[in-house]
Amino acid sequence: MSQESINVPTMADMMATGQQPEVLFWVGCSGSFDDRAKKITKAFVKLLNSAGVSFAILGSEESCTGDPAKRSGNEFLFQMQAMANIEVLNAYEVKKIVTACPHCFNTLKNEYPGLGGTYDVVHHTQFLKSLLDDGRLTIEGGQFKGKKITFHDPCYLGRANNIYEAPRELMDKLDAELLEMKRSKRNGLCCGAGGAQMFKEPEKGNKDVNVERTEDALETQPEIIAAGCPFCNTMLTDGVKAKNREHDIKVMDVAELIATAKDL
Amino acid sequence: MSYIDNILFVVLLALGFGYFALNVKKLVRNIRLGRKINRFDNPNARWKNMALIALGQSKMVRRPVAGILHIIVYVGFVLINLELLEIIIDGIFGTHRLFSFMGGFYNFLIASFELLALGVIVSVTAFWIRRNIIKLWRFAHGDLKGWPKSDANIILYFETVLMLLFLTMNAADGYLQSIHAHHYAHAGSFPVSGFISPLFNGMSEGTAIIIERTAWWLHIAGILAFMNYLYFSKHLHILLAFPNTYFARLDAKGKFENNPTVTAEVKLMMDPNADPFAAAPPAAEGEAPAKFGASDVQDLNWVQLLNAYTCTECGRCTSSCPANQTGKKLSPRLIMMKTRDRLEEVGRNIDANKGTFVDDGKMLLNDYITPEELWACTTCNGCVEACPVNIDPLSIIMDMRQYLVMEQSAAPTELNSMMANIENNGAPWQYSQMDRANWKDEL
Repeated sequence: MSQESINVPTMADMMATGQQPEVLFWVGCSGSFDDRAKKITKAFVKLLNSAGVSFAILGSEESCTGDPAKRSGNEFLFQMQAMANIEVLNAYEVKKIVTACPHCFNTLKNEYPGLGGTYDVVHHTQFLKSLLDDGRLTIEGGQFKGKKITFHDPCYLGRANNIYEAPRELMDKLDAELLEMKRSKRNGLCCGAGGAQMFKEPEKGNKDVNVERTEDALETQPEIIAAGCPFCNTMLTDGVKAKNREHDIKVMDVAELIATAKDL
Repeated sequence: MSYIDNILFVVLLALGFGYFALNVKKLVRNIRLGRKINRFDNPNARWKNMALIALGQSKMVRRPVAGILHIIVYVGFVLINLELLEIIIDGIFGTHRLFSFMGGFYNFLIASFELLALGVIVSVTAFWIRRNIIKLWRFAHGDLKGWPKSDANIILYFETVLMLLFLTMNAADGYLQSIHAHHYAHAGSFPVSGFISPLFNGMSEGTAIIIERTAWWLHIAGILAFMNYLYFSKHLHILLAFPNTYFARLDAKGKFENNPTVTAEVKLMMDPNADPFAAAPPAAEGEAPAKFGASDVQDLNWVQLLNAYTCTECGRCTSSCPANQTGKKLSPRLIMMKTRDRLEEVGRNIDANKGTFVDDGKMLLNDYITPEELWACTTCNGCVEACPVNIDPLSIIMDMRQYLVMEQSAAPTELNSMMANIENNGAPWQYSQMDRANWKDEL
């Protein structure tokens, strides 16, 4: 239970004192503005703080990576965003970036190098896993011991970048009962938010994708649905509400699970 | 001694291969209508993909029932076609079972071919049942109406008949060998057709020879016909799966191509020293597409067009598509089928107009693929992951979205607001960029 406020420096603060952080935390639009996603941001920052990681954010110098623009077909807007961000990142000589958003992660990792921005980009579950491996982070089972948790693979972490194990290995440490949905890992069903669907009404159909996916999760009879993406989190939270299960099923990010277990 | 048989055979062979070559030429021409893209890099990784995915069927067996049945048919057809070599030489020179000098090994080969032929018949029957009796979701789906539905069954009938002819030929041969017919020296081992041979008991040598010869001729004629049927069928995958897996994208699936023309323009815009009144630099040869994105098949790259010809309409993509599974119009399989249909239409147009395409007032967009389908995609890569031969329907969807937005400003309204927000305040929602770190105060 940390009472003192956690210091979150910006890259500008760091530069002013001649420091270079170990890693840049790319917060992303969702993590910056969305009330639900901000909780994930805060949980992750608490974990970074407790592991003694020297990190910084861009703050008001951060801007959308351009992912939703590119996936909507607006290549021009995407590249405008990308090049402006790359200018900022390169000016600060950023080497390593961590982000809790798989969409930011994918874009920074895969699409920025071709435009002059090459960094070591990791998803927050990968980063936490490396802290765990290095002994800088400990994960206690605590209140999640024996709880039934099912993990939803975000498309842009899983299929898009073949990262399936980092989040599972972290949750293994919670002593919880991890349940796999019938469609998981490379066969995982999308939550329905990708490709800029988050920002529009779905096309006409007979069901919403997030409801279909929530049903997959409910089949495992979980107490917690774990996610690793702020958009998946929103979609599944809505899905759980649509199924009137919000009273007994929580949707939580992997970082929130670990921070809660640590009582942070 | 008459050479009529030999001459007839050579003529049949020439016709079969000639017509096939003609269609292959057309196929290559059509694929080359696509944009240039370099997929010749990193040959090691490409050969490996081809070996694992096409030759090794690694993605097929992810669905074990279909996967294993498919391997039997695939191995059967590849190996039994080894016998084709003997048939062709026998046919040209009037010999009979020329390779039988190999003795025990020859017997082993023929025996394995027979067992495989039986395996093929069993598997093909299972396929037919899955398609027509069980009516598996993927095969009963509305994508497969009319020709695609009959095409699939025709292939199954064709394969069964070819295998039955092969076994009949061997059975008659075995019988003729047992009655010491002239020209039918003892050769081969017949573990399957051996059960058919007794049906010939008591038959005159002449009748048995007629049956053996008829089955032999129909078998080779059938194979040639089947080969020529490929071009008109979804069955082209038996050839194209190999180049298709070789030329498939190697990057992480989440990496979408950055359009180089846009990069040049954005760089110019961001360069404080750029002369705003300078004439546009001449476009380098081979790049700089005339338009952004794709509205017709010629705007797609050649690998996407190869993808379209390779698709065998199995529907694994569509059964993994979140949009399709929730009743939206989008079906990745149909994206591939429509791309091929349009490409063939463009090809026929070129044939009819002495080698040049004459505008027919149609496009892939709208006339084949509607914006409603394109906007339903969540870019989840489910279809790409599911495809047993690494076809990439998502890239076509993305290229067409790019055309809609960049050439026609035809994005859905909500997406336009999202994009305006990114442009104005650097986030898809209307929040000020200055407030990005406000969450810090809530810690």
